[in-house]
Amino acid sequence: MNFINYISSVAVPTTILIIIVYGLFEKKQVFDVFLDGAREGLQIVMNIFPTLLGLFLSINVLRESGIIDAITNLSLPLLNLIKIPPEILPLACLRPISGSASMAVATDIMTKYGVDSLIGLMTSTIMGSTETTLYTIALYTSVVKIKKTRFVLVAALLADLAGMLTSVIFWRIMS
Amino acid sequence: MLNKIWPFFIILSFIYAIYSGNIFNINNAIFDSAEQTVNLCLTLLGTICLWNGIMKIAVQTSLIEKLTKFLKPLISFIFPEIKNDKKISKEISMNMVANILGLGNASTPLGLNAMKSMQEKNEDKSKLSNSMAMFILVNTASLQIIPTSVISIRSSLGSEEPTKIIMAVWIATIAAFLTAIIVGKILIKKM
Repeated sequence: MNFINYISSVAVPTTILIIIVYGLFEKKQVFDVFLDGAREGLQIVMNIFPTLLGLFLSINVLRESGIIDAITNLSLPLLNLIKIPPEILPLACLRPISGSASMAVATDIMTKYGVDSLIGLMTSTIMGSTETTLYTIALYTSVVKIKKTRFVLVAALLADLAGMLTSVIFWRIMS
Repeated sequence: MLNKIWPFFIILSFIYAIYSGNIFNINNAIFDSAEQTVNLCLTLLGTICLWNGIMKIAVQTSLIEKLTKFLKPLISFIFPEIKNDKKISKEISMNMVANILGLGNASTPLGLNAMKSMQEKNEDKSKLSNSMAMFILVNTASLQIIPTSVISIRSSLGSEEPTKIIMAVWIATIAAFLTAIIVGKILIKKM
């Protein structure tokens, strides 16, 4: 457990250090380059703000209407079978479809149950370890105008499921 | 797609709220969402700018090309058909390294180029070739060293240890990646 915490805490500083030292080594103007990149970051956040606003609206309304609870209760038997906590169901359903929608749902779950709670840790791990599968498949097949995608969807969704189950099991073991 | 899902969610919620008597909660939820978005974006702003700045340095060095060398054995296992094609294997490995470093802006164009190059070699243009299918799977598995956006969401919500999840994310990502590759390799002969 200590070792895992240690690796997790040094991963970010180490990555930053390696990149900066490498930049210096190749005689780049590291600070100027950093400023350029950081400025682009402003643009990225400005661009996702409207999307997130719209999605937060729909997700808050969905939750407060009581419909998410109703669907979660209906799927309890299935969730118990595959050991996914019911609180995470909305995230598991939206994660493969939309990146910003799942970000909004994950934030919502973590606000409600606590970011450092078991549910919060599972939610964060699922967000970090899975992709917006359907979007990626659509993007990569549309660029070559192919509709016959063979086994890609099945394998990708199974991989998502594996990532989610691993996230859940990891924190169950750790807690 | 969101043009259909978004209004559907909202209309559905209103109907259900009237049916279940939760309509007053919805009123509060609308204004909460505006505040939540501002709070999240403010914290995301800091981390995203910081990370984007650092990664800009990485992009301008030869780091990405150096890292692609480590991927050679993995790539010739996943894509046996293209291992002798230098151009395609370079595009694929650059895309994978950019994904691993979390450079979404850089990895997508690289990946789309790789798809186009593989389509040129594809015998049946209406169907994904083995390599193309495996390549999409690799991209849906999101191998990433530092899950930056989750970390910044965690710190925006007042987490005591925002980076606590990194090791768990690595293990879960590898599980997802291996599942994608193994299921892909099994189904490749059948579908």
